[in-house]
This record gives sequence, structure tokens and C-alpha cells, in this order.
Amino acid sequence: MEWEAVIGLEVHTQLATKSKIFSGAATAYGAEPNRQACAIDLGLPGVLPVLNAEAVRMAVMLGLAIDATVARRSVFARKNYFYPDLPKGYQISQYELPVVARGHLDILVDGVAKRIGITRAHLEEDAGKSLHEDFQGLSGIDLNRAGTPLLEIVSEPDLRSAQEAVAYLKKLHQLVVWLGICDGNMQEGSFRCDANVSVRPKGQEQFGTRAEIKNVNSFRFVERAIEYEIERQIELIEGGGRVVQETRLYDPDRDETRSMRGKEEANDYRYFPDPDLLPLVIEDSFIEQLRASLPELPQAAFARFVRDYGLPDYDAATLTAERATAGYYEALVAATGGEARLCAKLCANWVMGDLAAALNRAGLPIGESPVPAEALAGLLGRVLDGTLSGKLAKEVFGAMWAGEGTADAIIAARGLVQLTDSSAIDTLIDDILAASPKQGEQYRAGQDKLFGFFVGQVMKASKGKANPQQVNERLLARLKG
Amino acid sequence: MHTQTLAELARGLAAGAFSSRELTEALLARIQAHDGALNSFITVTPERALAQADAADAARARGEFGVLTGLPIAHKDIFCTQGVKTSCGSKMLDRFVAPYDATVVAKLDAAGMVMLGKTNMDEFAMGSSNESSWYGPVRNPWDVRAVPGGSSGGSAAAVAARLLPAATGTDTGGSIRQPAALCGITGLKPTYGRVSRWGMIAYASSLDQGGPLARTAEDCALLLGAMAGFDARDSTSAGAPVPDYRAGLEAGLDGLRIGLPKEYFGAGLDAGVARAVEAAIDEYRRLGADVVEVSLPNAQLAIPAYYVIAPCEASSNLARYDGVRFGHRCEAPRDLVDLYTRSRAEGFGAEVQRRILVGTYALSAGYYDAYYLKAQQIRRLIHEDFRRAFEHCDLIAGPTTPDVAFDLGEKADDPVALYLADIYTVAVNLAGLPALSHPVGDKGGRPVGLQLIGPAFAEARLLNAAHRFQLATDWHRRAPQGFA
Repeated sequence: MEWEAVIGLEVHTQLATKSKIFSGAATAYGAEPNRQACAIDLGLPGVLPVLNAEAVRMAVMLGLAIDATVARRSVFARKNYFYPDLPKGYQISQYELPVVARGHLDILVDGVAKRIGITRAHLEEDAGKSLHEDFQGLSGIDLNRAGTPLLEIVSEPDLRSAQEAVAYLKKLHQLVVWLGICDGNMQEGSFRCDANVSVRPKGQEQFGTRAEIKNVNSFRFVERAIEYEIERQIELIEGGGRVVQETRLYDPDRDETRSMRGKEEANDYRYFPDPDLLPLVIEDSFIEQLRASLPELPQAAFARFVRDYGLPDYDAATLTAERATAGYYEALVAATGGEARLCAKLCANWVMGDLAAALNRAGLPIGESPVPAEALAGLLGRVLDGTLSGKLAKEVFGAMWAGEGTADAIIAARGLVQLTDSSAIDTLIDDILAASPKQGEQYRAGQDKLFGFFVGQVMKASKGKANPQQVNERLLARLKG
Repeated sequence: MHTQTLAELARGLAAGAFSSRELTEALLARIQAHDGALNSFITVTPERALAQADAADAARARGEFGVLTGLPIAHKDIFCTQGVKTSCGSKMLDRFVAPYDATVVAKLDAAGMVMLGKTNMDEFAMGSSNESSWYGPVRNPWDVRAVPGGSSGGSAAAVAARLLPAATGTDTGGSIRQPAALCGITGLKPTYGRVSRWGMIAYASSLDQGGPLARTAEDCALLLGAMAGFDARDSTSAGAPVPDYRAGLEAGLDGLRIGLPKEYFGAGLDAGVARAVEAAIDEYRRLGADVVEVSLPNAQLAIPAYYVIAPCEASSNLARYDGVRFGHRCEAPRDLVDLYTRSRAEGFGAEVQRRILVGTYALSAGYYDAYYLKAQQIRRLIHEDFRRAFEHCDLIAGPTTPDVAFDLGEKADDPVALYLADIYTVAVNLAGLPALSHPVGDKGGRPVGLQLIGPAFAEARLLNAAHRFQLATDWHRRAPQGFA
């Protein structure tokens, strides 16, 4: 029988606010345990929550970016359960009336475009962390994370493979980082994913029983966990078994999902509207103001890069993966000038090539590049006008990265101007040919590959400054003549 | 000095007849002498009080003072006080010391008031008799066999016994008005949102409201002016400006329309209480008010709706008392579930446990619609009842309670009988309205209270009416025997 997987994803994005969703405590990651938990986060008697307006602004931004309905009135509810890292004994979340509903995201898998529905996105607070190591026989509680704002984004069960799931997840990740509402750091848990997976015979309308895979924290693990889970369910059913609705945990070391049974006793969360918070009312004017200030979205930027810069899809996608990269690239093109297509491609190659490599080595984001777009434009201008060869340009870039000054200053200081004087190049060629009679004979006897040897010798003799194209032309003329 | 009201004491301080330290020392001595019989305080804070009194005297000497500077107050032990135990009447919080002040406490501190201590109360404000306190019941100074009412029973008894002129309270279903009525004093429950709930330990968040208990409406006006106002730390606090409640106190009552809900004078109302209330209505007529009959057709639904909504919210509000971070923790827990169950079973009394269970049940899957949602619908109906009634009148008047104070233990085995005694007070909380109880008579030596209910933010109107009544009568001046 042919099987079809049905997958829906619930993504918890940590909103990049400075303070928590219902208190003034800081949200920064990595502080000493319980140093960023105030009386409100601790759930002390008598404290009250006050909603962080910035978290609301970010939720609305996502809603607009996924073409969703932003609720004019949404309601915070209490999700009641006992756990030591849940200080109040309830989590403030949104239940019946979420702030964002009915949006979508378009993905591309193997060249095929597909629209994935987003059921809802709701605001909620994170819980703290239970630490089971380091305390013999005891558990430690760190409430720094308690009250951190989360936007839970729930997809429709529209995904049909692990590849689609990952494509959706990457698209969503790109979007929330692009919008500046999430730092996207998956290791620190800023972007966490639960996957609901079921299988059904292809063609069957009705969904199969689903299992929920909790808290998978990398794209690769999401793909592997879903693949494993699909296989497991198919094998189970084909072997005469039944899938039980349960929560499962992905173990990356063993590459398998395991049941979390025992923890998943049928919980009754007793949701009810939180009487400490008024319904969240969002005015049309606020939405329109945000809509007007929304940046160009990655999808639109990609299309524009292909259209206006004439870039290949791959380049456009790479350059629009992050908003900062796209911004750098556009500033670079504008500052470099010159023949449009040539300039656009040269700039793309540098941003994706030497610049990306250098940033990567230094572990720096593009926004903190020691060579800003305007400076790099100074270098690429010298490439386009023929002053520098590609090789020299790399050398100058290295010096710029090291802080030695502008491209022109470095070129002048090092005397790196390209040698384009024909007679000087001829002199160099003549010297090399005179010094290598044997190789000259062999070349003329038909060993064409020795041409490269002569080019290399001439370039070496010019200390890399000779214009390679001219060396090629004149050397060919000499050897033939 | 102890017989004087806040307003009178303020004049005495202003005239230099006595200092705040002298006043404070006198009242601390009186608490020490008399509270053994009443148990109205959980904590008395003499050192802090004297320090505040000295600071108030010094401020007055510098010319930096307001009308409340140097005047005494006690806080119901539900208001968090930095550095002083806040127990909420519960073993659960017997050793809890808050690291912050409730807004009410901070505001009255800032106004220069001197806190004498924290008053006894029903555990977590759940009760109408003050018998559910972990610190033992409070006695009614009019008759120590009787309950003082609750849950602000300690505040009411202390003020009635002239241990001090005023105290704060909270009112979720009548917890200011009912003990005020049973103890023969004046108590005001403000409009929901008028007084900040920050630092006021939650029982039922959508109903809880702090307010003053004093012997006169004038004193309530003084206190409310200092307690009320928007607080950015309470999302449900109201932004409406706070009027000068004293400014309108003296206005005449000519043409004031007082509505009597026929549902508040039917079966279940004690005849003696009815007579006292009717006499008070006659007094209001003499003062110029027009009395009209109004109807609150859903009045009988208020008790069942309240006893669903309040426990639902309480079951969630009290989940934080889990023995993990603060409050009572059981000895040597075997595991997490044991830690939770034993800490909570040991830390909470029977009434609190009963309401947590009721609320948990009513919010559970399959029951939510039938209980919580239905109760919320009733709440809207009750709100509508009041809105319609106020189309025909400016204030609503009726008995605060169906009977005078009952004896300790009388209703201890019958929680429903105790709940039914809240019949006239809970609807006001469900509708979020302001209401005041003032003394209007007695039955067998036990006081009777009249309840005045106003539209939202009509506190000034309530205080004006009660003040005019008190100018013409002396019920509020009568002191219980032995406490004069």
C-alpha cells in the first residue's frame, strides 16, 4: 500500500523583546540562575501581570507578514497545571481567541511551490527550567526563562513530507528573523518545534492517529525525527498494530523517537480567561501603522533581486536569506556603480564568497563586518575599472579586513596597481621565454598545456600585478610567432 | 482619643492637642489591653508604628503634612507589607514576608499614616464569619459570643471596639460590608478597579476590591481618597480621575432617588433587621430623598453564580501555594506529588480546600460550560438588572445582611447556610459596583447595617448620602459595652 504522511508543526518563537511578557525583568540569555526573575516571575502572592506592548507589536507584525487576520480582540487564558518550574501553577496563554489567525506561508520543494496554511499564532509566557543534574537527588529550578514572551505559531496539517516540513520551518525561521521579532537562535531555544505526524493510505480523506514529537531543536533533527516517525508508523500499521496518540521525544544520538508515556496522562488544563488581564484590543489604526512600517518581505526581495539585478535564483536566495545580508548587498551595488549586470554579479560573488568566508572565520554577523559595504564598493570599483586583478583584489581585501585603510590607500601604499603597459609585459614574456628554451620547444611540439606554465611564470615575475588577460594574449602571440 | 474618628483626630493633631506618637502609644496600649478578648490582630507592629509616628510628627513640625499624616491605620493581613509578615489568615503563609508593599499600603504610607499592625481575616478571604482563620476566630465586640462577620472581620472588630479609628479591608462577595454591618461600623467597597489590587493577595481576581472600614462615612471618604487611583501595575485598575470625596459630603439629599429592590425585602429577611432598615429608609425620606421601588429580577441567581466564579478563580489563584518557592512545605516529601499534596493539605484549611475543589471541578472538561460559562452569563444578567434599576434611581438601598451576627460555631457545620448569608452583597461584586454599609439600628444588642449601592464610580454619592444620614443620627457613635 502507498502511504501518505500528514504533518503539522507548532513552533514556539521567543520574541526578541528586552523585557518579559508580563513583567519588567530582562530576557537576556545565559544569566546566573534566578537572577532575571522578579516577584512577578516568581508568582509571589499579590503580584499581577501587565502585558508588554512590544510583544503585541511583534505578534501583529508576524500576522501581517503571513497575510493573516489580526484579531481586534483577543483573550489571555490560564492554562492550569502543576509543575515546579511553573511558578503560578498556570501558564498565561491564549486559547479560544488568539491574536493571529488564518495566515499562510509559501514554500518551494524540488521546484514545486506549495502554500502552507497557518491556523493561528498566539502569545504566551514561557515556563522556567528544571535542572536535574548537579543536584544529587534533588532538582534545581531556574526561573530566568519564566515569563519570556513566546509566539506559538501553529500550521495546518498541510505538510506531506519531512522535506516540506523543513522547508516550511526554514521559511518561517527566515521570516521571524527578517522581521526582527526573534533572534532565531535554535541552540538557545529561541525557535523550537513540535511536530504532529500521522500517516494514512494515499487517497484516504480521514487523518490517521497522530503522534506529537516534542521540542526538536535543529532543522536536521526535525527532518530525521519526522522521517523516522513516518517509517515507524507505517511499519507499525503494516505489522497489524495501531498508532496511539501520544507525545514522543526525538533522541538524536540514537536517531529515533521514544514514547514519553507516563508524563502524558490525560491533562485537563482547565483553561479560563485570565481575570488579571483585560482582553487585548488592537485598533485598526495600530495595524495600519504597522503595515506601513513593515519591511519588504524576503519573498518579495528574492523576486526583486532576480528581476532587477539579473541574479540567478541561487544567488538571489542566498542574498535574501537574511535581511542584513540583503541590505548589505544592496548598499554595495549602489555604492559600486558601473555597468549594472556586471556590477550586480561581481557584488554577489564577493558577498557570497570572500566576505562570507571572512565573516564566517571571524564568527561575525554581516552587520558587524569590519569592511562595510561602502568600503568594499571602493575595492570592487577598482576591479571593475581594471586597476586590480581578482587576485590583487583578494590581497587588498585582506588588508582592508585587517584595518589597513581604504582600497585606494592600500593599493597606493603597496604599489599594487595592475601592470597594463604592453611593452613592459612583452619584456617580462621575453625574459621568461629566454630562460625556458626547452619548455618553448616542447610547447611548439604540441604540448599545449605548457601554456599555463608560461602564464604562471610571467605572473610570478610581475609579482601578480600583470593584467592576466593581456599576458594571455601577448604570450599566445609570442609563442605562435 | 480612641473614641475619636479620623477626621476628629486630624483636627486634634493639627491643633497640637496631642502628637502622633502620643496617639499611637495610646492606641497600642489599647490594643494590648483589649485585643486578647477579640483576636482582631494577627500582627501588631509597635516599633514600626512608633517610628512612623515620630516621622509624621517631624514632618508636621516641618510643615510637610496632609490630612492623614500621623493618623493610625491597620491593614487586613491580605495586603502585602514589606518586612512584616503577610499571612492571609493561613498557615500556608504563616512565615511569609513579602519583599514589597501593596499599592494600598504604599499609598497610605506615603500619605503619612501610621500602621499599627495587620488584622485577622478568614483564610484567604474565604468566609463570612472569620472562623476560617488559621489564627483563630475573631470575636464581635458587641457580644463576644457572636462572630464579627468576614472576611475582613479583624478590621471590623478592631474599629468597632475603638482599638483604632480605621482599617483597610477587601471585599470579594461582601467581605467589607458584611463585617461592617455586623460590627456596627461603616465600610465601603469601591467600584471594581477603583483601588489597585497590586500586592493584595488574590482570592477571586475579577471580584476582589480593597476599601476602607471606619466608623463614619466621612472617614471612609478621607481614606478612599488616598487609596484610590490608577496603578500601572494592575491592568484592571481604572483610569478615571479620583474626585475629592470629602468635597461633596455635605450636599443635601433633596430629590435623591433611592430605589428599594423588592427582591431584597422578601422571604429570608429577619423581621427585626427589616424594621431597622425601614426606619433608616424613613430617615432618608426625612432628609429629602424620594424612595421608589425597583426590581433586580435575577437577584436569587447571584449566590450560585458567585459560588461558581469565585471558587473557579480561587482554584487557579491558589495554585502557586505549592510548597516549592515559598509558604508551607511538608516535612520530608517523598516525591513531587507528595510535596504538592501534603504541603497543600497541611497548609490550607477546610474552607479553602473546599473552594479549591469546587473551582477545580467547575472548570474541568465537560463541566466548564455548565458551570463557569453559565455563571458568567448570569453575571451579565445581574449587571443588566442593576443598569435597568439605575434608570429609575440614583442609589439602591436595602439590608446588608439578612440577619444580625450569629454565634460562633452556629453555622460551622453548614457551609451552604453561611453562603446564603451573602445574599444581598455578592451581586454587587458580580456587577463591579460600589456599595457602602452603615449602621442603622440593632436587634438584641447586635448591630444592623444598611447597604447603599451606586452605579460605577458613584462612591461620592454613596458617601454623601451616608454622611448626611450620620449627621442626623447617632448609630455610628454607639460603642459596644466594654469598649466605649
